Amino acid sequence: MKLHEHQAKTIFADAGIPVPDSRLATTVEEALDAVDEIGYPAAIKAQVHVGGRGKAGGIEIATDRDEAEEYAEAILGMDLKGYTVDQVLVEEGVDFVDELYVGVTMDRGEGQPVLMVSTEGGVDIEEVAEENPGAIAREHVDPAFGLHPYQARKVVYEAGVDADVALDVASILSTLYELYDDSDASEIEVNPVMITGDRDVVAADAVMNIDEDALFRQPDLADMAEASYEDDLERKAGEYGFDYVRLSGNVGIIGNGAGLVMTTLDLVDYYGGAPANFLDIGGGAKAERVTKALDMVFSDENVDAVVFNIFGGITRGDEVAKGINEALEQFDEIPKKVVVRLAGTNAEEGMEILNTDLVEVEETLEDAVQRAVKNAEEVTQ
Amino acid sequence: MSIFVDDDTRVVVQGITGGEGKFHAGQMIEYGTNVVAGAVPGKGGQEVDGVPVYDTVHEAVEAENADASVIFVPPAFAGDAIFESLDTDLDLAVAITEGIPTQDMAKVNKRLSETDTRLLGPNCPGIITPGEAKLGILPGNIFADGNVGLVSRSGTLTYQVVDNLTERGIGQTTAIGIGGDPIIGTSFIDALEAFEADDETDAVVMCGEIGGEDEEQAARFIGEHMDTPVAGFIAGRTAPPGKRMGHAGAIVSGSGTGTAQSKIDALNDAGAPVGDTPEEVADHVEDFL
Repeated sequence: MKLHEHQAKTIFADAGIPVPDSRLATTVEEALDAVDEIGYPAAIKAQVHVGGRGKAGGIEIATDRDEAEEYAEAILGMDLKGYTVDQVLVEEGVDFVDELYVGVTMDRGEGQPVLMVSTEGGVDIEEVAEENPGAIAREHVDPAFGLHPYQARKVVYEAGVDADVALDVASILSTLYELYDDSDASEIEVNPVMITGDRDVVAADAVMNIDEDALFRQPDLADMAEASYEDDLERKAGEYGFDYVRLSGNVGIIGNGAGLVMTTLDLVDYYGGAPANFLDIGGGAKAERVTKALDMVFSDENVDAVVFNIFGGITRGDEVAKGINEALEQFDEIPKKVVVRLAGTNAEEGMEILNTDLVEVEETLEDAVQRAVKNAEEVTQ
Repeated sequence: MSIFVDDDTRVVVQGITGGEGKFHAGQMIEYGTNVVAGAVPGKGGQEVDGVPVYDTVHEAVEAENADASVIFVPPAFAGDAIFESLDTDLDLAVAITEGIPTQDMAKVNKRLSETDTRLLGPNCPGIITPGEAKLGILPGNIFADGNVGLVSRSGTLTYQVVDNLTERGIGQTTAIGIGGDPIIGTSFIDALEAFEADDETDAVVMCGEIGGEDEEQAARFIGEHMDTPVAGFIAGRTAPPGKRMGHAGAIVSGSGTGTAQSKIDALNDAGAPVGDTPEEVADHVEDFL
C-alpha cells in the first residue's frame, strides 16, 4: 500500500527527519496561498502513486507567482501515466549542492531488511543498480536484533558520503529504519536527500510503502491508505475484500487463487485477447461473494466479455454456480456474455445448477478462455 | 517413495478448533493422514474428531510423538505459531495461513536458519504424497500415486496442472506448494534437490510466478545439478509492473525485475521446457516419461 509523498513527509517530520516546508493544495487558489506563505523558489509536485513524476511533467519549480499559477493550473487535473492529479504539494525549493539516495527495503532473497545508500541520488536508483551496482552500498539488518547504530554509519561511510555530513545522514537512516520497523513498511526511500550549501541535510522526496498484510495492526496508516485509492473500481474491490488489479483490456476475468487467475489472464493474451482485470475471489467463496465479483467486473465499462474460471479445492462449484445464477437472474438482459468453467470440488453439481440460459459453459480452461476472447471480439467488431 | 511426508508422518494441527483447522483436519484424516494431536491455547483436554487437543505444541509433541505440524492460525498470531513449532524441533512445519506480515516472516526466517526444522509456506496449500499423507488443504481426489514430482508457488494452479496430469494417467510422487509470499521456508531448490534424490521421481513439474528471483535460481540449479527432467510453467506474463497480483510475493518491480520472461528464459536456458498453457506442461511431462 503506497502512501503519498505528503503523507510520508508528515511521518518523517514527526520522527525528526528534516523535510522542506510544504503545504498540500487541491486548487490553484490554495496553491497560490501556499507559495505566498512559503516563498520562492517553490516546487509544485503532483501527488500520485507513480514513479518518474518529474520527467512526466508532474513536478515544476516556480520562481515567481505567475509561474506558480501556470504550473498549478497545468499540474492539477493533469493525467499522469493514467492517474488524474487532484492534489499537489507546494514545497520550499531547496538550494542543494549534492544529492544522495537512502532507503530501507526487504531483501527477498536474503529474507532480511537491507539498508541502501548511494551518492548518486536524484536519479532513478534502479538504473544505477543496473548500470553501476557498485555505486550502492548495502547493509543487511538482523530483524531479530534490529539495527545497530554502527551499521547505519558503516553503510554511509562505505557509500562515500562526505565526512562532514556523514553522521547526519546516518542519523536519518537510523530513523528511517525505526519507521520501517514500527510501521510495517515494505519500503522506505528518500531520493534525493539534499545537502545544502550550508551543509544541512534535507529529505527532499519520500516514498513509503506499507505491507498490506500488516495494516490490521497499523490503524493510522490504514486510514491514510484508505484515502489514497485512485481508481473507483480498486476502491470497490478494497471494500469487498478482493485481490483486484485493473488492466487495459476488454476481457473481464474472475477466478480463485492468485496463480490460476494470473494464468487465466496469460491465456486470454495467448489466445489473442486482452485481459481487463485480475480478480481473485479467494478460497471458499460463497454465493454472495461470487455475486459481488460479477458486479465488480460488470461495472468496468472497458469489459466486453467475461470468463469465470474456478478450480475448487476449498471453493465449492455448487456455491459458485448459485452465486452466478443469483447475480445474473437480476438482469432483464445480461450486460456482458459470461463463460463459466468449473472444475474440482462439487464441479459436477455446479454444472447442473448453472442456468445455461444465462451463461455459456466450457469444460476446460483453454476452451473457456478462447470462447470469452471470441465473445469480446464479437462485441468490438 | 516420496519426499518430506509419508504414511509414517505424525501430524499435530495448530489451530484445530478453528473453522478452517477443524474442517481440514477432518479432510486430512479422511485422506488417511496420521493426525495425532491438535494444539490450541486454552483448549487442552478437548477432542476434535477423536483427536486429542493440547494447550501447547510442546505438550502435543511429547504426548503423541508428533513430527510434523500444520498451522491454521490467523495471520496476526501465525508468526508466533511458527516460532512455537520451530521450538519443538519438529521435522516439518507447514504454514497454510495467508497474510502474515512480512516483517514477522523475516524474524521467523532468521530463527529458521538456527533450527533443523523444515518450514513449508506460509501462504501455501501444503503437501501431499498421494495415497499416504496430506498436510494442508489440497483436494485429495485429484491426485494419483505415480512418478512425477510437483513443486509450485500457487494452490489452484497446482490443482489445474495436477488435474491435467492425472487425467492422462500420470500420477505423482509428492506435490508441494511452497507458497506465494515474499519470504518462505522451503524454496524451489530445496524441493528440486529432494526430488532429484528420490528414486521414484522420474520427472518434475515446477510452477513459478512473477516476483523475486527464486525461479531463476532454481533454473540454475536444474541446469547444474539435475538429471531428472523438469517441465516448467510461469504465471504472470501479463502482469503490469508495480502491482501485487494476489500473492504478496507476486509483483514485478518498477525496474522490471521478477518478470515472467526472465524466468521463462532462465528455465529454457537450463533445458527445462516451459509450457504456454497448463496442457502444454502435461505434454512435456508425457514426452519425458
